[in-house]
Amino acid sequence: MASTAELEKIVSQVRRDIVRQVHAVNSGHPGGSLGCAEYFVSLYFEIMKHNSAKFSMDGINEDVFFLSNGHISPVFYSVLAHSGYFPVKELATFRKLNTRLQGHPTTHEHLPGVRIASGSLGQGMSVAIGAALAKKLNKDNSIVYTLHGDGELQEGQIWEAAMYAAAKKVDNLICTVDMNGQQIDGSTDQVLPMGSLRAKFEAFGWDVLDLEKGNDIASVVTTLKKAKEHTGKGQPVMILMKTEMGNGVDFMMGSHKWHGVAPNDEQLAQALNQNAETLGDY
Amino acid sequence: MKKYTFTEKKDTRSGFGAGLSELGKTNPNVVALCADLTGSLKMDAFAKDHPERFFQVGIAEANMIGIAAGLTIGGKIPFTGTFANFSTGRVYDQIRQSVAYSGKNVKICASHAGLTLGEDGATHQILEDLGLMKMLPGMVVINPCDFNQTKAATIAIASHEGPVYLRFGRPTVPNFTASDQKFEIGKAVMLNEGTDVTIFATGHLVWKAIEAGEQLAAKGISAEIINIHTIKPLDNTAVINSAKKTRCVVTAEEHQMNGGLGDSIAQLLARELPTPIEMVAVNDSFGESGTPDQLMTKYGLDAVNIVEAVNKVLKRK
Repeated sequence: MASTAELEKIVSQVRRDIVRQVHAVNSGHPGGSLGCAEYFVSLYFEIMKHNSAKFSMDGINEDVFFLSNGHISPVFYSVLAHSGYFPVKELATFRKLNTRLQGHPTTHEHLPGVRIASGSLGQGMSVAIGAALAKKLNKDNSIVYTLHGDGELQEGQIWEAAMYAAAKKVDNLICTVDMNGQQIDGSTDQVLPMGSLRAKFEAFGWDVLDLEKGNDIASVVTTLKKAKEHTGKGQPVMILMKTEMGNGVDFMMGSHKWHGVAPNDEQLAQALNQNAETLGDY
Repeated sequence: MKKYTFTEKKDTRSGFGAGLSELGKTNPNVVALCADLTGSLKMDAFAKDHPERFFQVGIAEANMIGIAAGLTIGGKIPFTGTFANFSTGRVYDQIRQSVAYSGKNVKICASHAGLTLGEDGATHQILEDLGLMKMLPGMVVINPCDFNQTKAATIAIASHEGPVYLRFGRPTVPNFTASDQKFEIGKAVMLNEGTDVTIFATGHLVWKAIEAGEQLAAKGISAEIINIHTIKPLDNTAVINSAKKTRCVVTAEEHQMNGGLGDSIAQLLARELPTPIEMVAVNDSFGESGTPDQLMTKYGLDAVNIVEAVNKVLKRK
C-alpha cells in the first residue's frame, strides 16, 4: 500500500516524462495524458495485480488494462516504464524511428505491457470484453480495466460493446471514461453534446460510479477500490471520471488547445518548473 | 484430362460448420462468435454442443471483431462468423487495428461471398473481400472450392498462429475433393497436368475450370488446372513452374478483377516471368438480384467464359 504522498511523487515524475517525451519530438498528445496521470499511477501502483517483471500477453491470473484512447500514449509509457515493464530510459525513443514506443501503442513492436494496438478510437471496450470473457472461461478471477476518452464515446462501436457487456453480464470489467470535456475541435459540448453519460450507461445496464475529482489521487484510489467491490455482481462497472485536460501544467489547463500540440523550449522549462523531479528524469 | 466425379452437391458453408463442429470436440481453446447468422453460417451444432464457448453478439460486427481480438488474450482461438460483406468491408478498421496490426490469432470466417448469394442483391454480394483482406500485412486469405475442402481448411486454420480470412459461400457445388484430404495453407493443388495453358482457379470457379478443361480437351487443347485455395500467401513456386511450362495463363474467380486472385498472379508473373494472362472475374461492377446461375452467366463467370479466355490467351502466346 503506497501512501498518497508517495503516489503524488510518482505523478509529478510522470508529468515531467509526458512533457519531455512530447517536446523531444515536437509531436504527441500532452493534454489528455496529463489529465490522466493520477488515474494511471493509481491503477498501476496501487490497484492492479500485475507482473511487470515478466510480461505475458495472456495475463493469466493478472489484472489487465487496455488503453482505448491510444493517443495518450505518453502517460501510458511513462507509467509502464516506472512500473518495471521496460527501462525508463527507453522513453527517450518515443515516436522516433525504430522505437517500440510508437505514436500510438501497439503490440507490433513487442513493447511489454501493451496487449492491443489502439489509436483508431472506439475499439478498446470490445477487446476488453473479449479478454474478460477469456478470463471467465479460464476461471481466472482477475479484473479487466479500460480507459476511454469522452470524445471517443461518439464512436458507435462503444455502444455496441456497452450493450453487449451489460446484456451478457460481463461483470469482471471496470471501464473508465476520462471526462475532460475536450476534443480536437473544441469542447465536447461544442462538437457533439452527449447529454447525460450516467443516464446513458445506466439505461444500457451498467453500474455507474462518479469520480468528481479525477486529478485527486486519494479520490481516484478510493473510487477504483470501490469499483473493484462492485465487480462480480452481474453488471459491468463504469467510472465517469472528471479530469482537467493538461492538469499540472498551468498554461495547458482548461482548454482543448493542448490536445495534440507539443510545448516549445520555453514552455517545457515552465512545465518542468511546476513539477518536481522525484524519481529521476530519463 | 483427368476425370473428376462427385456423388453430391453441397454448400461450402456447411463444410465450415462441419469443420467447426469437429474443432469443438478436439480443441478446447476454439471459441466461436456470430452476429445473428448462426443458421446461415451453419454454426448451430457448435453453439448447441458448446454453449459456454459460443458467443452470440447480435447485429454488431465491429464489436464481434473486437471481442474476438480480446479472447485471444487468454489463449482462446476465436472463429467469427457472418456474411463476407459484414466480415470485411463493414469492419475493416477493426480488423486492421485490433486483429492484423495487433497480430491476434483470430479466424474471420465469411459466408455468402460473391454473386452466388443470389437474390439478396448487390448490397450483400461482396466482390472486394479478397482484395481488402490480402492487403492487410500478415493476413492469410483462403477460398476453398467445395464442402470437403472447406471443412479441411477450417480445421487447418485452427493450427495456424495468426489472423486468417476464410471465405466460403451459399450455393451447393460439386463436392469432388477427398474427404480425408490434408489441407496445407499456401500450397496450390494440381488438378490436371497440361501443356498448352494454365488455368488458376479459386473457390466456386474451380469446378467450372474443370468443366472448361473437359471442353478444351475435346478440342485438343491440353489445360493445366490448378486450384489456388490460398490467395495469400500465394504458392509462387507452383504458379511460376506452371507458367514456365504452358507460357500462358487464365485466372478464374468469383471476385472483382481488381484485388483478386488474377491480380496476385499477374503481379507475381510481371515481376518474375512476364506471361500473357486473361482474367475471368467481375470487371469493376456491382452485382444484382437473380439466381446464382443466372448471375454467374450474366457476369461471365461460367465454364464457357473460361474456354473463351483460354482461346484468347492462346493467340497471345
